[in-house]
Amino acid sequence: MPIFTPLGEFTNDFFQWFGSLGIFAWNIARSACTRPFEGRELVRQLDEVGSKSLPLVALAGSAIGVVLAMQARQSLTQFGAKSLFPSAIVYSVVQEMGPIITGLVVSGRVGAGIGAELASMKVSEQIDALEVSAVSPYGFLAAPRILACILMMPLLTVAADFCALLMGWFANALSEPMSLHRFIDSGFSGATLSTFLPPTFKTAVFGLIVGLISCFQGMTTTGGAEGVGRAATKSVVLASLFVILADVVLVKFILVVFPL
Amino acid sequence: MNFTLAKIRSFSTSPVANVQQDANGDAMTIVNVENVYKAFGTQQVLNGVSLTVKPGETRAVLGRSGTGKSVLLRLIVGLQAPDSGTVRVFGQNIAGLSIDQLGPIRKRMGFLFQHAALYDSLNVAENVAFPLRRHRADMARSEQNDRVRLVLSEVGMEDHAAKMPADLSGGMQKRIGLARALVLNPELLLLDEPTAGLDPMGSAEINDLILKLQQEHQMAFIVVTHDMHSARTIANRLTLLNKGCVVIDGSFEELQDSSIEFVREFLQHS
Repeated sequence: MPIFTPLGEFTNDFFQWFGSLGIFAWNIARSACTRPFEGRELVRQLDEVGSKSLPLVALAGSAIGVVLAMQARQSLTQFGAKSLFPSAIVYSVVQEMGPIITGLVVSGRVGAGIGAELASMKVSEQIDALEVSAVSPYGFLAAPRILACILMMPLLTVAADFCALLMGWFANALSEPMSLHRFIDSGFSGATLSTFLPPTFKTAVFGLIVGLISCFQGMTTTGGAEGVGRAATKSVVLASLFVILADVVLVKFILVVFPL
Repeated sequence: MNFTLAKIRSFSTSPVANVQQDANGDAMTIVNVENVYKAFGTQQVLNGVSLTVKPGETRAVLGRSGTGKSVLLRLIVGLQAPDSGTVRVFGQNIAGLSIDQLGPIRKRMGFLFQHAALYDSLNVAENVAFPLRRHRADMARSEQNDRVRLVLSEVGMEDHAAKMPADLSGGMQKRIGLARALVLNPELLLLDEPTAGLDPMGSAEINDLILKLQQEHQMAFIVVTHDMHSARTIANRLTLLNKGCVVIDGSFEELQDSSIEFVREFLQHS
């Protein structure tokens, strides 16, 4: 039947993609554990991923804080639960909105950047030139970028959370004055470290996903300028998709391991 | 260009005398490609190609576009693996070796890419210094810088050390690529279309540099080129490929005397 041919091809491509990604990840893990360690490149990538994403993450966090405040205030008032407003904002920002927004913003900015940069190096044979110079492109190019994504993602999440909470309080204070001290006190009442740390550190997995997929798409692209564009687009789309899917699994995992 | 090759000779990453010798004391081959086949999808690119390169030899690989010349170079440097056949470099079969295992072999080779493949985030001096920084940590930074200046002067680019690759013409980029390939003083230099895109004077300068390196340093070369004049000037031996097969392998005189129709046609149009 004709329908089975495209389905078979899709299934084949699907498993081939995962197999290639697995081999790619294994090569990076091996290179990352082998000398020389790329300390200088890691620092450069920490700056590239971290400090250069900070304004965007802060802006996205602030916007989410304002929107959440407006929506939550209206809904809670309707159900006569206005006193829960600070807790609703704090818990929803810190446990879900902050991490997922950070993951998606970073997968857009950093994923596209890494995908396009490495794809450009690939099509201009710079990656081959590295390999011919007896330098592992896995260790020199991919490992520092992935490690930077893993390390910076939780820090960026903290920044996004901070901006979202601050702007959430500010948006609420405009219509109903409430001191920041009261907002924080009320919002964080009954919270423990396990309320905040697991959701924040789960973004390290998002960082791994963004770094790995964008490096893989960039370093395995083919073709000229079209290949670069394709790699950048695929990096963003696949990284965003896998961040959302990973979030589903991680939320369930956190609820099981750290019950409220 | 000012060629001070005695200085190049004084620098070495690995002794040239390291080439293996057979029981009679004759120098063995540096590169031995035996019956290699390579296909990309349904397209058969190499069809049982064999060739050897000995120390001090310059072999030109000629042929029309798409006959597998560049693929042959990529097989020799280990960027691609043959479907069948063996590729021995410095006596070692490189098929199936990992990047780490290929490292020591690659440090003894230099490779000039067709479009130079300079690192666009590094300036000229940093590009040339890159292999030194990675593999010659035992050298003082000042020694490394001296070496970079020397190699840049060999290719006539000493005044452009601070420029970025994007600010250079194609010919200048190629010279920088050659300087980067030379900086570790390799025993084997692989050149992919070294004179393509250069003006006649630029081509002549590159040819002169290759000749001098060959004569004074006993460096072996494999040069992939369309340029018959260049091949005739620099090569001891020529290999002509057609449809992935070796049509003829010999000196330029042997090519000229050949009665093979393709060879005669190729020479006529070159």
